[in-house]
Amino acid sequence: MNSSTAIAGSLLGALLLTAFPAWSKTAIVIGMQQEPTTLDPTSDATASIDGMLTHNVFEALTSVTEQGEVVPSLARSWTVSDDGLTYTFDLEQGVTFHDGTSFDAADVKFSFDRAMGADSVNPSKSIFEPIASVTVVDPATVELKLSRPDAFLLFNLAQGDASIVAPESVELAKTAPIGTGPFRYDSWTRGDRLTLARYPEHRNAADVQLEKVTFQFIADPAAASAALLSETLDAYPGFPAPEMMAQFEADDRFAVEIGSTEGEVIMAMNNAKAPFDDVRVRRAISHALDRTAIIDGAMYGQATPIGSFYPPHGKAYVDLTGMYPHDVARAKELLAEAGVAAGTVMTLRVPPFPYATRSAEIIQAQLAAAGLDVKVENVEWGFWLEEIYKNLNYDMTIIAHTSPNDMGNFARGKSYFYGYDNPEFTALWDQIKTEADPEKRDALLKQGQEFLASEAVHGFLFQLPKLGVVRKELSGFWKSSPVLFQPLAQVKWNG
Amino acid sequence: MVLFLAKRTVGLLATLLAVSVVVFLVMNVLPGDPVLVILGIDSTPDAQAALREQLGLNAPLADRYVSWIAGVVQGDFGTSHSFGVPVAGLIAERLPLTLALALSATLLTVILALALGVLAGSNHRKPGDWGVMTLSQLGIAIPAFWLSMLLVLLFAVKLRWLPPGGFPGWGDPAAAARALVLPTVALALVQAAVLARVTRSSMLEVLRLDFTRTALATGLSRGRVLWRHVLPNALVPVVTIVGMQFANVVTGTIVIENVFYLPGLGRLIFQAISNRDLLTVQALVLLFAAIVVTANFVVDILYVLIDPRLRGRLA
Repeated sequence: MNSSTAIAGSLLGALLLTAFPAWSKTAIVIGMQQEPTTLDPTSDATASIDGMLTHNVFEALTSVTEQGEVVPSLARSWTVSDDGLTYTFDLEQGVTFHDGTSFDAADVKFSFDRAMGADSVNPSKSIFEPIASVTVVDPATVELKLSRPDAFLLFNLAQGDASIVAPESVELAKTAPIGTGPFRYDSWTRGDRLTLARYPEHRNAADVQLEKVTFQFIADPAAASAALLSETLDAYPGFPAPEMMAQFEADDRFAVEIGSTEGEVIMAMNNAKAPFDDVRVRRAISHALDRTAIIDGAMYGQATPIGSFYPPHGKAYVDLTGMYPHDVARAKELLAEAGVAAGTVMTLRVPPFPYATRSAEIIQAQLAAAGLDVKVENVEWGFWLEEIYKNLNYDMTIIAHTSPNDMGNFARGKSYFYGYDNPEFTALWDQIKTEADPEKRDALLKQGQEFLASEAVHGFLFQLPKLGVVRKELSGFWKSSPVLFQPLAQVKWNG
Repeated sequence: MVLFLAKRTVGLLATLLAVSVVVFLVMNVLPGDPVLVILGIDSTPDAQAALREQLGLNAPLADRYVSWIAGVVQGDFGTSHSFGVPVAGLIAERLPLTLALALSATLLTVILALALGVLAGSNHRKPGDWGVMTLSQLGIAIPAFWLSMLLVLLFAVKLRWLPPGGFPGWGDPAAAARALVLPTVALALVQAAVLARVTRSSMLEVLRLDFTRTALATGLSRGRVLWRHVLPNALVPVVTIVGMQFANVVTGTIVIENVFYLPGLGRLIFQAISNRDLLTVQALVLLFAAIVVTANFVVDILYVLIDPRLRGRLA
């Protein structure tokens, strides 16, 4: 083929592309609720950074499937020593960063040393805590030495916090991130949209159909709904309003997917403060809560109730929702036993998330039936972080814990906002996090769930659902979210 | 006139200085730690301490204020904690949209209000008057965000004439203008309802005055008397209200930009406050204050242009 036929061919191709957009649809516009202020997942905890960039722009040594299984990513394979203290990763070769620089073991060492260092601002620095040293064996092999076995290490290394960055480009990570993923960062109009483009040099580029991904930031549910209905958005994987699902279900342009997330929604009680330091009071409150009514009222029925602190889709899940059946008389009895007089005033300080503010009103009424006078205070997120989370200045609050494997929260001692400190549970958690055998670990996790439920540490409400609205022609979106990220490499337009 | 300008400028600067002190104190009294907002609830205390050090949040309050104000005087608004880029750039990329929206909404407000106000005033206690009064009552009662949603449902979802929100950038002026139609209407209708009522009352006042009767008696047409004699004399209260409304429109963009997901200053200030991004909030509040004060200044100048009797006051 000479050059003029090549030009003619590509012109014809371009003509066909514009003439028949249905054949060649390779662009997608995805609605996002939350806009981050920076784009570096290794220095900012904002969930939408992971939602857009982790495993799309940035990659990590491992990845996680929709079912929560750990799979290879930048590490092709790995071996773990018998004592669980040495991990040897065999890295993909020929990988390049989007700026053309090459990836090798030195980048892994750089990324981890940066996350573990004294001046690290990594939002999940604790996941690196078991790592004693990172050694470059050769450009394609990296070795991690651990100070203690860590059952969650491979899973944790898949997260955005453990993204592999390069020393040459890490300075840009906040505003123009450079990774090794199937998409490269293209542009960001703050307040409006962020776009990614396919990275043709990626090792799996042949399987990636989307050429351009646009994330449009639309926080308001009514506006998001209008954008979907007027076809300016193709998908909204984390739709914020369960009450609007019905109209999309009735519309044959859309597929509505209701999946699960790692978010346990709890009505936390300040265990460090009277009367919540008395297990009878916590049990009374658990009896007073009616999860079905809360889920129907606050989530339009679209959520699974939980009886402890573990996601219902998890392998080790035990259904403990029957431990404290809704029983107002029993609640009153227990309160009287604990010496909490009828009409006792308590505050419920609620952060500005719809699941929380809506649940609060229903809970207020349910606790009133048990004789408690609950004052609901709606607070703003910055206020919540400072007053509730940092200063423990609260009686009760409602919050979703969206991190995976976060049962360890209950072993974080009195200074953590639960105010809960129980040596028995801390010892159990130490066992869980170091148990390498999956079956034994699951048995321990079941024990953990039962322990927390019997202690009634919090009011365990429901698992936060993932509400997805996507065009019917699209495939490849995750229905459930075992992690904060959503890989787009396999998303395709069909037909 | 020069003295007048000088006085106003000094007043403006004093206002801005006072505003900056108040915002600085309020943002610091307000519970909320920018470090926690950035690092989230799984972060370790040592990572929080490292970031606090990097952001310079350990310095005493007074020192931080002084170094900030010293920068501002030299035109440096500092670097945003949460965005990690210079505040001036953040604002510069968003200012044109918000200004365009506020000015177009004000213009539409004035056009609608004058037309309806004159119609109502000149048809006192007739169907035209009742119609305008009823409509304006409705307009005042409807919240702008709700009106926005109705407009979107009709013109974007049902008819597909206009986009439901978003902004394509200034590169394509026609698309940019289309994107601003619904937000402008949503912002303007409520304000126009108020202003139409003011225009009507003011018209009625002037219509009762002797010179109107004289003008009509000399045989001038009714239309000419209304537009050339009555309206100009009725404008002083109208202009006063427009000045106040401009401030409302500028702050109203905060809500409208969220409903129409427009990348303007309103959304930025919303995000900056949530993130406890002190420097960005400071700069934005100063900017909003400056816009409002400038609008009042323009109103003062307009008084003089409209009413020659006020010219002596400027001396």
